[in-house]
Amino acid sequence: MGKALKCDLCDNQATVHLTQILNNKIHKVDLCESCAQAKGVTDPNGFSLAELLIKSVVDEPRAPTENGGTCHSCGYTQKEFRKTGRLGCPSCYEQFGETIQAILGNMHKGTRHCGKVPANVEATLSRREEVTRLEEELRKAVAAERYEEAADFRDRIEALKNAGQTTK
Amino acid sequence: MQIKPLLEAKAELTHGNVSKCPIVLSTRIRLARNLAGYSFPGWASMDQRKEILAGCFESVGDVTSLKRGLSFDIGELTDLEKKILFERHLISRELISGKEGAGVIIGKDQSCVVMVNEEDHLRIQVLRSGFHFNRVWRAIDRIDSAIEEKLPYAYSPQLGYLTACPTNLGTGMRASAMMHLPGLVISNQMEKVIRAVNQLGIAVRGLFGEGSDASGSIFQISNQMTLGESERQIIKRLSGVLESVIEQENNARERLFEKQAVKLRDKIARAYGILRTSHLISSSEAMNLLSLIRFGLDRTIFDEEHRDLLDRLMIECQPGHIQYSAKHLAESEERDVLRAAYLRREFEKIPEPDFDNPRRKRTSKD
Repeated sequence: MGKALKCDLCDNQATVHLTQILNNKIHKVDLCESCAQAKGVTDPNGFSLAELLIKSVVDEPRAPTENGGTCHSCGYTQKEFRKTGRLGCPSCYEQFGETIQAILGNMHKGTRHCGKVPANVEATLSRREEVTRLEEELRKAVAAERYEEAADFRDRIEALKNAGQTTK
Repeated sequence: MQIKPLLEAKAELTHGNVSKCPIVLSTRIRLARNLAGYSFPGWASMDQRKEILAGCFESVGDVTSLKRGLSFDIGELTDLEKKILFERHLISRELISGKEGAGVIIGKDQSCVVMVNEEDHLRIQVLRSGFHFNRVWRAIDRIDSAIEEKLPYAYSPQLGYLTACPTNLGTGMRASAMMHLPGLVISNQMEKVIRAVNQLGIAVRGLFGEGSDASGSIFQISNQMTLGESERQIIKRLSGVLESVIEQENNARERLFEKQAVKLRDKIARAYGILRTSHLISSSEAMNLLSLIRFGLDRTIFDEEHRDLLDRLMIECQPGHIQYSAKHLAESEERDVLRAAYLRREFEKIPEPDFDNPRRKRTSKD
């Protein structure tokens, strides 16, 4: 017979095997009796695989991260993340980027935000896009030796960059 | 009692009868937001939590929809007050059992609430009676933008609004509807519906959220996924699912009244009898009976004008509310006595069920 499965949360033998189809993807979780109880798996109403998935994915052994699994900004560790399913501060998302990316695909519809953008960010973003566009125009103008136009583009880029610094 | 003005005010949930409808009790959207440059509440130091709380009280209390509202530091509320706010869906279990340095700002008609230092720094919530996602979204979007002008949010262009738990990442939005589904419950189809809905990434919970039971056949149905779709897309998808649940519920009711008419009349008549005459009643029994009366009302067995009262009784028969009216800490059995007395009194206003009401011919599909 195959070897007994271990619980995804602790090292006991797993006796509860769950399969949930979310978003046309199959998710499997193996748990021991007491973890299943503790996570409310027995109650179909109040249970979501998403939170369990955090633990099972973070649990996978992977190469140590560049910062040894501790957030520079707040001192939170990946180990704690695994335990609680929560992060310490906004910077943790950058610091634990790889681990988090691995979970997001299973948890959400996509891995990129497509919703609301705060007004101040929107202003910065559109400014950045405009700068990129002008830089392209500048490059073309220089290539075509239209130096007067190029100077104009250069001034506009400069102005936009300065505007960004004063509002930020 | 600090929260007294709240209990005496006309609230959206208890008095918002203009927009009420048979199956969807209320629509709610909440947004999870965090302040840039601070640790999330669960990891922040007590000093930081207090600083965040004070800052949020000042800035959020200034936003138009919340201006004439009330702010409470959770640490300064009694257990009973917290229980009542919870029963009114104004604060969460997590806020009650969490650390010090947390609070809540409640708008005047209680339709807009902001919790501070729950799982995230801010949990903004807007609620309306009936089925009105677009209206609720417009309202909460405005409030959120007004708060954002004063408090810079933690945000990343790739991941959206950054939240303590990655399950809320992106839009930080949980949209939910409180649904009254006695037809599906009585005909034993609820489990099937829950399973189908879950597969679409939509969660089904009991009246009081995670882990609560479905007393009164009331279910909270909400989106699970918050990243990779815009707020409008999430709402559209959820609304589609809810509409098909409404259709299922209507079909189940139709079938029940076709095949088990006498049994159903008996159930409703007995529920009325118990509510009108009993002397000991627990909150879960009361919820289940009130649910049957509401079901009867949808079939015009009771008059529409009592819908408001029924929805209010479903909140007021909860333990905290009964205890408040008792003016002292009543034990469970005493509460059951008080609850029964209260319901007897209120049910005097509702005439006996009228099963031959001609308007009953109206189909529930309209």
